[in-house]
Amino acid sequence: MSVDFLELSIRELSRNFGRRRALSRMSLECRAGEIVGLLGPNGAGKSTLLAIVSTLAVPSSGEVRYGGRTARELGAMLRGRIGVLSHDLHLYSELTARENLVFFGRLYGTDDPEMRAARALERARLADRGGDLVSGFSRGMRQRLALERALLHDPRLLLLDEPFTGLDDASTIALVGRLRELRSSGCITLLATHDLDVAELVLDRAVILHDGKLVANEDDVRGLRKRYQDRLNVGARP
Amino acid sequence: MSAFWRVVWIVARKDLAIEARSRELINTTVFFALSCVIVFSVSFVGEGGDGRALGDAAAGILWIAIAFSGTLALGRTFERERYGDTLRALLLAPGARPAVYVGKLVGVVGLLLATEIIVVPLVALLFQARLFDHALLLAALLVFGTVGFSCVGTLFAAMLGRARSRDVLLPILLYPVTIPVMIAGVRGTAALLQAPPQLDMARLWIMLLLSFDVVFLTLSLWTFESVMTE
Repeated sequence: MSVDFLELSIRELSRNFGRRRALSRMSLECRAGEIVGLLGPNGAGKSTLLAIVSTLAVPSSGEVRYGGRTARELGAMLRGRIGVLSHDLHLYSELTARENLVFFGRLYGTDDPEMRAARALERARLADRGGDLVSGFSRGMRQRLALERALLHDPRLLLLDEPFTGLDDASTIALVGRLRELRSSGCITLLATHDLDVAELVLDRAVILHDGKLVANEDDVRGLRKRYQDRLNVGARP
Repeated sequence: MSAFWRVVWIVARKDLAIEARSRELINTTVFFALSCVIVFSVSFVGEGGDGRALGDAAAGILWIAIAFSGTLALGRTFERERYGDTLRALLLAPGARPAVYVGKLVGVVGLLLATEIIVVPLVALLFQARLFDHALLLAALLVFGTVGFSCVGTLFAAMLGRARSRDVLLPILLYPVTIPVMIAGVRGTAALLQAPPQLDMARLWIMLLLSFDVVFLTLSLWTFESVMTE
């Protein structure tokens, strides 16, 4: 059974943690080649939404459909079409950069994991550090490596949680470029971030969450800071 | 190789590769188990006597050392996965999630068996216990006991990976559930140390351990995915 999909459909999704409602009847449609930003203050429900879409969490009610089918219908192979870059980076600090990439390449059943790892190291601008332990890397280097790890298996759906954390300007520009490449290749990207300035550079659409509720779904991503200052808990641009 | 066993092998090999490089877990676990045995031997083996302690005491101390060092190994093994939240990364891979559990279990069992290879001769020496007279039966007790203990321990340690008081909660949850394994291990080993050895009794305890293993492994494989999904 093919697990490729061209759209992601989130319908009436709710998630409770005890008496606290982290997500409340949220609905969202995303198409292939679209970069959708999830914006909102801490506790807005962004990470919960990403966890449910990644299949690591289950909703209390509602459903997520990947090209019309649910995660249960698609089975474990669905996870082979999803790439996740979380805030915790998902890297083994006791392994080298290359060993990390080869390990995850094998785990995802990719063809020629060594070759893919070499290419990923080049893309992360870490080709000369491939044999070094990740424990010796800066946050920015780990972040670049973690992004390539998430992309190693050519996902159809990419879930990014604060991908710009710890990146210097050059790395941020490189990441924006990489996300645009992915957009051209038809990858659906859901990107949770607080960085509105960078978000404006790369997003096709911005979804604003507040207290677990979707409060805006904007096609025009310019001037978000000004328009949603109160909802996003951010100051006006100086 | 089936997809399930391929994931088991990849996960277990990764754990063993990290351990081979750092030797952190094996050193800590062996040191702890040896300290435990030596301290008990000083208490139980009389200076003026023939140095021969009761078989029951030697059996009990051997299994206490296994349980305590096993708890330490389980905690440390999953501490590695906590840094970088890599256990979630394993769960995000397309393979069957229970294969991740089995991969981690293989690593823990391997580590504990390596520890036992060092601890068992020390117990035999310090307690002058004739542990190797029936080496195959002893090996069966140790292997099945270690698998039973690790089955439950791996599941609980994975469940507690994101809990704040995981170090405290792991033994609180683990020891009550694994009491049957400990009792079977101790009584089976003690049966081998009796004069004359009660081999039928030891075989009975081995069969009980095997039954525990089947039950615990089945339950763990059945529940792993649901307990790990938020």
